[in-house]
Amino acid sequence: MFLEPYSLLFIVFAALLVFAAVMVVCSRNPVTSALYLVYAFFNAAILWMLLYAEFLSLVLIFVYVGAVMTLFLFVVMMLNIDVAVLRQGFVRYLPLGVLVLALMAGIMIVAIRPLHYVTSNSVSLMQANNIHSIGIALFDRQMVYPFELAGVLLLAAILSAIMLTHRGRPSRKVQDINAQLAASKADRLTIVNIPSKAAPGEEPSV
Amino acid sequence: MSPVVNLPSCLALGALVFSIGIAGIMLNRKNLILLLMCIELMLLAVNINFIAISHFLGSIYEQIFVFFILTVAAAEAAIGLAILVVLFRAKHTINVQKLDDLKG
Repeated sequence: MFLEPYSLLFIVFAALLVFAAVMVVCSRNPVTSALYLVYAFFNAAILWMLLYAEFLSLVLIFVYVGAVMTLFLFVVMMLNIDVAVLRQGFVRYLPLGVLVLALMAGIMIVAIRPLHYVTSNSVSLMQANNIHSIGIALFDRQMVYPFELAGVLLLAAILSAIMLTHRGRPSRKVQDINAQLAASKADRLTIVNIPSKAAPGEEPSV
Repeated sequence: MSPVVNLPSCLALGALVFSIGIAGIMLNRKNLILLLMCIELMLLAVNINFIAISHFLGSIYEQIFVFFILTVAAAEAAIGLAILVVLFRAKHTINVQKLDDLKG
């Protein structure tokens, strides 16, 4: 069967996406998993490009590969993880995992057979280019409020992530209320026994 | 019209990647950072479905939805990783089964 280049490209990158997804789950080291996840995102971006979603394809690469996966890699490399302990039970649960994979994929693929919905076989060609139509749809009356809510959500995410991980400078001069309240008399007050000296011109009494 | 690239095959690809993500959550149930990665994989599968439906049914609003999903997923990843870092500082492990402080 001869396939035209478009279908061939789609099949190749879909297969690479599935391979990368399997390697994310199965690889031994979390750093390798993160790199395979980057690879999966790249393949998905190419598939989206083949489906004429150019803007989202580039956003996937910029936002995910550029920002989110870099964050993942930083965190994985920053933590000193004992990988062997965390992989205990992988082999034990492997049959269950394969069973769940087969069941869920099988059920979903059966459920989305074309007889359950009307397919239009004609590939839609958008009139304007992709970014133009997304811009028109995103900034009209219905979508601009969710768009601003998304901005507020990102701001909240920034603030919470900073507040969670920020420890402050160690030399910062602020009150530590808990330390102050926990202090007892023994921490602060030291009674030293000093023998009294005789005044000049007097005999020492003892 | 391509004989392979149609809506059912794209949805099947999304279903397959989603199932791999769920199987990954079952397999790597101790490693918190791999759980986060599997959640990202499942979100990617959902986005593939949305893009395919947008393409084959000729509507742009699915792509808007994917845009919002990407936003929320980025926020989720940032906060999740921040919580992970704080957790590692406090307990020196990210093993999910060691997180039983509320057990009493």
